[in-house]
Amino acid sequence: MASEQQLSAIKGAKVLMVGAGGIGCELLKTLALSGFKDIHIIDMDTIEVSNLNRQFLFRQSHVGQSKAKVARDAVLKFRPHISITPYHANVKDPDFNVDFFKQFNVILNGLDNLDARRHVNRLCLAAGVPLVESGTTGFLGQVTVHVKGKTECYECQPKPAPKTYPVCTITSTPSKFVHCIVWAKDLLFAKLFGDKSQENDLNVRSTDASSSSQQIEDVFERKMEEDIDQYGRRIYDHVFGYNIDLALSNEETWKHRNRPRPIYIKDVINTEFIRQNGNLDYNSVAGDLSSVSAMASLGMKNPQDLWSLKENSQVFLEALKLFFSKREKEIGNLIFDKDDQLAVEFVTAAANIRASSFGIPLHSLFEAKGIAGNIVHAVATTNAIIAGLIVIEAIKVLQNDIKNYRMTYCLEHPSRKMILMPVEPFEPNKECYVCSETPLTLEINTHRSKLRDVVEKIVKAKLGMNLPLLMHGSALLYEVGDDLDEDEVANYAANLEKVLSELPSPVTGGTILTVEDLQQELKCSININHREDFDEEKEPDAMILSGWSQAPAPEKNDNGASTSGVTEATTSLNTEEDDDELQIIPAQTGKKRKLSDISSAHISDSSCVTNDTKIKRKADEIDSNNDLVMLDDVDSSNNKKKREGQ
Amino acid sequence: MDGEELTEHETALYDRQIRVWGADAQRRLSKSHILVSGLKGTVVEFCKNIVLAGVGSVTLNDDRLVTEELLSANFLIPLDENVYAGKTLAELCCDSLKDFNPMVRVSVEKGALSNFGVDFFDKFDVVVVSCCSLSTKKSVNEKCRTLSKRMAFYTVDCRDNCGEIFVDLQNYIYSKKKDDETFQCHLDYPSFEKAIAVPWKSLPRRVSKLYLAMRVIEKYEELEGRVPGETSAADLVNVQKLRKELCEAHSVSESQIPDSILQRLLEGRQEFPPVCAIIGGILGQEVIKAISGKGDPLKNFFFFDAMDGKGVIEDISEQKAQG
Repeated sequence: MASEQQLSAIKGAKVLMVGAGGIGCELLKTLALSGFKDIHIIDMDTIEVSNLNRQFLFRQSHVGQSKAKVARDAVLKFRPHISITPYHANVKDPDFNVDFFKQFNVILNGLDNLDARRHVNRLCLAAGVPLVESGTTGFLGQVTVHVKGKTECYECQPKPAPKTYPVCTITSTPSKFVHCIVWAKDLLFAKLFGDKSQENDLNVRSTDASSSSQQIEDVFERKMEEDIDQYGRRIYDHVFGYNIDLALSNEETWKHRNRPRPIYIKDVINTEFIRQNGNLDYNSVAGDLSSVSAMASLGMKNPQDLWSLKENSQVFLEALKLFFSKREKEIGNLIFDKDDQLAVEFVTAAANIRASSFGIPLHSLFEAKGIAGNIVHAVATTNAIIAGLIVIEAIKVLQNDIKNYRMTYCLEHPSRKMILMPVEPFEPNKECYVCSETPLTLEINTHRSKLRDVVEKIVKAKLGMNLPLLMHGSALLYEVGDDLDEDEVANYAANLEKVLSELPSPVTGGTILTVEDLQQELKCSININHREDFDEEKEPDAMILSGWSQAPAPEKNDNGASTSGVTEATTSLNTEEDDDELQIIPAQTGKKRKLSDISSAHISDSSCVTNDTKIKRKADEIDSNNDLVMLDDVDSSNNKKKREGQ
Repeated sequence: MDGEELTEHETALYDRQIRVWGADAQRRLSKSHILVSGLKGTVVEFCKNIVLAGVGSVTLNDDRLVTEELLSANFLIPLDENVYAGKTLAELCCDSLKDFNPMVRVSVEKGALSNFGVDFFDKFDVVVVSCCSLSTKKSVNEKCRTLSKRMAFYTVDCRDNCGEIFVDLQNYIYSKKKDDETFQCHLDYPSFEKAIAVPWKSLPRRVSKLYLAMRVIEKYEELEGRVPGETSAADLVNVQKLRKELCEAHSVSESQIPDSILQRLLEGRQEFPPVCAIIGGILGQEVIKAISGKGDPLKNFFFFDAMDGKGVIEDISEQKAQG
């Protein structure tokens, strides 16, 4: 029961919840029961069936509706006299500026992606409002408190960036199933069904192509009136047979690696059989497009089954056929969606055939969907526990009970008898560029790299700025905004294409760039160091940012995870909701894209790292048998001061 | 493997949790039957969790007529007399719970828990009791233990901003996977009666103070013939006397059970909703583990106290005390 003091603090409080999903539903319910009377809630999502196993404020009949609004209505049913203001919007909208945040006593996050968390962190710092952060994945969870000047901010400790894979690993030398998924989804699927004008690395190999790119392009186009079955077989043979044969011809690549084997359709499926493949009638009767399914037409029922090479090939051909015969209109515009059954079937089959070729274990549709769709596993109980812990911290914050603020970890296996472990928050990191305004350093070839590279890869991607502004001294090099006139826009566009040393206000070694995001009220300086050469493999961006701490190198053994590992483990796993964060960065004209990763948090990984692949494993691969190590093992070089919770 | 496949709907609905505990475990859940008695806030949280998880059935037992106090941490029932007047807690919770997952059978069983016979309990795989006296806890636990089937028994009690869970899985065998190898694990649980009979002086010195305090209050309520939870600040003096007696009998210092904790437990008739969520969540996880046979179940007491924020597991059993 809350004390008198607590009750009055609660009654008068105005709180903002960001996120009305798994944590959000539990949190809103607990806040309402605890006596909170003025709650605002932002969530841009709508309700999906897969939410209903834990987001208990929603029902089947609510699918498609706004989470924030339905959550509000559900809670008002048992607490009709409180005020809940829902916003069906993106928290990164300019409307949610510092003044907006300033009206609240505390901000409570129930988000599912790093990007939004960083954004909210900065707004809270700018507004001077305390933030209670949280995250869950499966049975793990944590709650942290961030108060400007008193504790670390959310970004004081580095959070691992989304994993990316070198292009050649995906196109030529896959060694893990996830590589095959990325290939199937971001290359093959995109090539066949996506935007044709997008650059696609599908036929790029680590050595020069011997045939002209013009010829290769034509292969994927379906010829006029070409029989669908034949087209499908032709594509199959090209990507699984011919391309592999071609790759094999380059001896260098395979000196230290297992050779893949080419797979041609005639060796897998009797061609007689192919012509009778699948039951088109099933799908004609089925009617609506969403139920078009290769599995259904082949009579395969269980998404957890492991398919043979032959079955995968059948699904591949059938799915391709169904796309072209039933969903022709969408071809050229399709983007992979984990809730698109046919797309998932196609990607699963393609990934499995490729895996088979490279001697990588096959996976079921269920597993493949999780990887391709970056699905985070989630249960109601962990969210409920975390929500309770959030409210407890929120009440402390309202009372300014600084000494009692705690970061609490919900563990899967007890550590010193505890499965809920409170820890005192750390002091702010003096070198945190977000809350302590420490300058950063960027090593870059100022004669080769363009301003665009800096803006996209450093300022937006690494520094997490949403609407950046770049200055060199008093010269404005780049900005975004609604209020710019045509000349300014043209000027900035031109600047983006210039190499740094040729900008109107030249940026060379020794100069300082100032970058700012006005919405986040975040400003930092970047010292530019000119460097001539970069290692193409290890430093593919040709830019090194320091002072912005990278996540620590992953632990090699099971019991190495430290407290900071737990922080990363839960928050960086992009908790809770299905995570859309790891999408491909759109291609820039004339440039090779870097393929983005798909979070493989739940893949149990037996490491098969080949010589040239660089797979940065997250420090937080959750293996349910990991025991988390005591707090005392926290890396002392991070200059943290802390004491254990009593 | 257990029985039929999951339906397409179940696979879609339970997708995210199947990724946590697997399809097999989900199937087992769908065949399980849970009895729940004593529907205050924490237990309501627990019920929500297991209904969402997709258990086979939940049978609710609580004939108390609804009062505003009983509803203070209950999100299933609106604080509207027009809605709740004249109905029992179980009746009101039943319909709301069904809503969370139409695939789960939720029903009401009227009657006093202490009157149900062994045959009644045989219908269930899991029994969870709350708000019941020491003697009822013991007798229900014993009845569960006489049955030859695999049964899980839990007690849960929350007062003020802290709470306790007790787990009895009897002779529990389950398999665990580590690095591609599967092991058999065997845990031997004491009954509630045996557990609390463990002499206090053989417990670790740093055993949760809450454990001891709960035993004092529990004993006090029994001696005074009180309905569980019907205590107040006025009882403090007598409770302190009882504490003195018990500590002397157990040869432990009274300082092990500070006044402050006793006071909180005595005065804390109303539950604190965040604590209900936490303890209801932990209990939910435990029951899911026991039914699915996956994951290390906790043995055998769990305590949470919002004052220090720790969620602690204590192993209070004869073997542990001796070993």
